[in-house]
Amino acid sequence: MRQSLLALLARGPAHGYELKQDLEQLLGSAYPQPNIGQIYVTLGRLEKSGLIEGEDVEQAGRPNKKVYHLTGTGREALRAWFEETADEPRVRDEFFMKLALAPQTGLADRIALINRQRRQYLNTMRQLSKLAAAEDRDNRVAHLLIEGAMLHLQADLDWLERCQEELEELE
Amino acid sequence: MSERPAPVLRAEGLVKTHHGEGAPAHAVRGVDLRVARGEFVAVTGPSGAGKSTLLHLLGGLQRPDAGSIWLAGERTDAYSEARWAVERRKRIGIVFQFFNLVSNLSVADNVELPALLAGTPPRKARAGREELLAELGLTGKERSMPGELSGGEQQRVALARALVNHPPLLLADEPAGSLDSRGTREVMRLLSRFHRRGQTIVLVTHDARLASAADRVISFFDGRIADDAELDGTPSPGRGASGVLELRD
Repeated sequence: MRQSLLALLARGPAHGYELKQDLEQLLGSAYPQPNIGQIYVTLGRLEKSGLIEGEDVEQAGRPNKKVYHLTGTGREALRAWFEETADEPRVRDEFFMKLALAPQTGLADRIALINRQRRQYLNTMRQLSKLAAAEDRDNRVAHLLIEGAMLHLQADLDWLERCQEELEELE
Repeated sequence: MSERPAPVLRAEGLVKTHHGEGAPAHAVRGVDLRVARGEFVAVTGPSGAGKSTLLHLLGGLQRPDAGSIWLAGERTDAYSEARWAVERRKRIGIVFQFFNLVSNLSVADNVELPALLAGTPPRKARAGREELLAELGLTGKERSMPGELSGGEQQRVALARALVNHPPLLLADEPAGSLDSRGTREVMRLLSRFHRRGQTIVLVTHDARLASAADRVISFFDGRIADDAELDGTPSPGRGASGVLELRD
């Protein structure tokens, strides 16, 4: 979120609510209703670290709004962000540890664990397909985001299948 | 007492063992299944789990070693090959991974042929074909030969052929198995659309994306049903899609 807000401000000054709308427009239904509170909190932190500066603008009959712009340090931070590669997606270690430890506890059946987890992933997958179907066809960015999420889930589901194959062989 | 309508498809105790070279392969090892009218059921599982064999049994393309199948409440044990062939024209539409279109017939003829074989008057067969091809975005391709079309287009023709006689049941065996990501999405969209109109579908796939279009997913392992889950209605205990998509600070 931090860097996304910086990147949106690289185009020019904006206030919190505008940034929320920019995010909504960019990511469409793939990212419904960015949390405005989270945006304001993040903007506050960015300002504290000197990456952006806020200026109060008076509005007739309404509270002041704060318009933020990117500082030189902020621009450098953004450049550095584009330079670095992103981390690999997190491996779902928590589920894996449940699977690995279940037999010695005698408290859970591993096939049942896998089945439950699969149901959850499939339901999420279904929500994602619905999002994709509802999203404006021309919003390429939103579609790519949803497709990426679906491909990750697909990989998780394939892996669950592998776990199940191995375990059924043992039985 | 109101009687429940017979399920479109019911199977009990299905068993099928392949005897080839080497050890016998137990493809289907005791499967019970009911598919209600209007349901969209996906069967997923690793390759070699027997899910395609199961679909072939359900469509009468192979005969079970044990167990029975009912179509709309009617037991099929005594059906001959010829009778199954008639059922596959009238009551069961099938699409396959490799389309199985007749390569020396035009797109139009591929779709009209099953209608004509089922006794539909030629004029009506043509009207049905035109409507389906338009619906599937294939208008203008009537005179093309299957080999001139992309994989995605061929699968759409195969879908039109499977549905031209309005069968109560559509069986799909890895329909996106030889398509790219875009073709997969297209197949998914079309299956969902026909399902929304009430088409009963049983889909076999290893692709979880495709399976998620169904409202019930059966996990098939080693010839058996390992899990049978209704999707939707059960909100996931995690944060679901928003949890996957959310930007974090």
